[in-house]
Amino acid sequence: MGSSHIIGIEDGTAYFLVTSAKIAVMFGVVMITVAYTTLAERRVSAFIQDRLGPNRVGPMGLLQPIADGLKNLLKEETLPASASRLYFLLGPMLAMIPALVTFAVIPFAAPLPTPWGVVPMVIADVPIGVLYILALSSLGVYGVVIAGWASNNKYAFLGGLRASAQMISYEVGLGLSLIAVLMLAGNVTLTEIVSRQQQLGIWFALPLSLGFILFLICAFAETNRLPFDMPEAESELITGFHTEYSAMKFSMFFIAEYAHMLTASALMATLFFGGWDLPGTWDDMYMFQGQLISGFGANGAPIAATLTVWKSLATFLGFALKTGFFLFLYIWIRWTLPRFRYDQVMELGWKVIIPISLGYTMVLAATMLTLYEAGVEYGFTFGLVLSVVSGLCTLGFVFLLDKGGTIGGAASGKKVTFEQEIL
Amino acid sequence: MDSLIYFVLASVTVGGALGVVFGRSPIASLLFMIASLGSTAGIYVMLEAHFLAAIQIIVYAGAIMVLFLFVIMLLNLGHDYKRDIRGGLAILFAFGVTGGIGGLLASRVMPEGTLLLNSYPTGVSIDTEIAEKGIIGVIAEPLFNEYIVAFEFTGVLLFVAIVGALALAKRSD
Amino acid sequence: MSGSYIPLLVLFGVSIVNAIGMGIASHILNPRRPTPVKEMPYESGMIPLGDTRQRFSVKFYVVAISFIVFDLETVFLIPWAVNLQSLGWGVFGAVSLFVLLLALGLVYEWRKGGLEWE
Repeated sequence: MGSSHIIGIEDGTAYFLVTSAKIAVMFGVVMITVAYTTLAERRVSAFIQDRLGPNRVGPMGLLQPIADGLKNLLKEETLPASASRLYFLLGPMLAMIPALVTFAVIPFAAPLPTPWGVVPMVIADVPIGVLYILALSSLGVYGVVIAGWASNNKYAFLGGLRASAQMISYEVGLGLSLIAVLMLAGNVTLTEIVSRQQQLGIWFALPLSLGFILFLICAFAETNRLPFDMPEAESELITGFHTEYSAMKFSMFFIAEYAHMLTASALMATLFFGGWDLPGTWDDMYMFQGQLISGFGANGAPIAATLTVWKSLATFLGFALKTGFFLFLYIWIRWTLPRFRYDQVMELGWKVIIPISLGYTMVLAATMLTLYEAGVEYGFTFGLVLSVVSGLCTLGFVFLLDKGGTIGGAASGKKVTFEQEIL
Repeated sequence: MDSLIYFVLASVTVGGALGVVFGRSPIASLLFMIASLGSTAGIYVMLEAHFLAAIQIIVYAGAIMVLFLFVIMLLNLGHDYKRDIRGGLAILFAFGVTGGIGGLLASRVMPEGTLLLNSYPTGVSIDTEIAEKGIIGVIAEPLFNEYIVAFEFTGVLLFVAIVGALALAKRSD
Repeated sequence: MSGSYIPLLVLFGVSIVNAIGMGIASHILNPRRPTPVKEMPYESGMIPLGDTRQRFSVKFYVVAISFIVFDLETVFLIPWAVNLQSLGWGVFGAVSLFVLLLALGLVYEWRKGGLEWE
């Protein structure tokens, strides 16, 4: 056991070394995960469609992502004569940079004890946590629009526009569904949100079930994945904003998309499924008056947390499993559900998600205030009451969607001409 | 270290602002403006105004600039064959107006020979305030107590904005 | 406190260098044999007609304005949500009024057809 001192910026060299190591490892892990998610996507889709999928390069096709990467690096790139060169180049970069830096604020394991001090397992525990993620996800629009605009291709331009309108519509829903998490956590840093879930004893997915469902829908729409992949609806827009892109520039859009998926999955795990927290209280540790504690004793005195390396490893594994599950969910849904029509996407965003998340926020706030008023301590009972209220809201939501009156759908008999369809 | 980061951010801010003015196409100006807003957010962080920095990116760089982008495309600006930004008198006028606003601001900084800034809470008291209430709490307390009326009026203003936008958009149909 | 942002700054640097590096690497490595057909915009084999950069539907503009309004609303709700307990019922009433006003705006937009993507 090393010292219980938490390595911070005031430690100078030690902090610098630890942080550099964390950045290098995280960057590598994100890139490798992104590469292998593309393989997983192809293998899972093959499994769902009862075929084999890529299995020739390396054992079980495991070297396929590397082969793809090399191919894209060495392939000829096309540049339409009518495209604006500078912006054509800038598009993929603008798409990729925000996608790669978002991951930095997500805590991925319990603090790791080392002989030199305790290392927090998050790259940058910035005080604005969730807001940082919202801010960066709002910047993701530009890469897509600029790419579509610079290509000087009608399909690409339309794809870029559609993508941007869709992304900004669902960003509101994303923000509003996050309000519920902020209310229950009372904080915006992600490490604090994880520790509040440990204190509550229930992961937020249950007390905030409707919030989680809304967040899930918005996250799918934000990452432009099926059933919301309007910007690249193949049957309508070729491949949308990246129609003119090939080789490495296309790869960059691909990396951005999968990095967004990875971040969204990790975020769902962190905000609603306890982050690195595992069931039970044996791994709980959170900050209390500058000390890492695992809970309070019978007399209300804080119990110091015992940090071990295997705890950090186990929690990291837990986090990876949760994130992996959501990545799988992305793929699973992509190969299961058909695509929405564009007007359905916009209507779902503005007429369903936004009003419902607003109402839900107010219901939750009133419930929480009543609970505080009644003197219910933040803990298991508190979570249980909220779970019941949210469960009722979720039931209502499902019932509302099921009636088919709001979203329309093929059976609603609404006439859509071809021109309106492509706009 | 701090001053190095500050000078990098400040030069990006000023450089971006210059880029907005001298940018060849509206799209270039827009991207320069985003860079400028982004580094301003960085400066806010250095001033411990974390929430403000986040808002700067979410609202200005992420929402209002998207509207600008749409307007540029709506008006079909940004093509290669024609310069959209007129020079001459318009630029002079714009500089005049901006200079006037800047002058007014500057006169507020030092109204009676003393820096107005000196009457505001200093760094140490901001730090204790943040440690006590958290970075969001320092915004929330005054916003929902002292400025609650202004907050409600903001709601009215936003409502009017929706009505106005619809009135403009629907007229062209 | 702002020291905790330094790793972010470094990560930003790494990502930008990575993005530019990818661009440059492929620029050096890949072959270029342009032909007039290759340089044409790909529109499913049709010869492109007219200019791409036409004026587009005013719909997108309405969406963008509504987005700004509701984004601002979210931003105003964040400080309230975080300090829900300490602000209490009084502020809850004030925020309800605020939310109600904007919900009214949404209803108005809905009734006026601003949300229809016909």
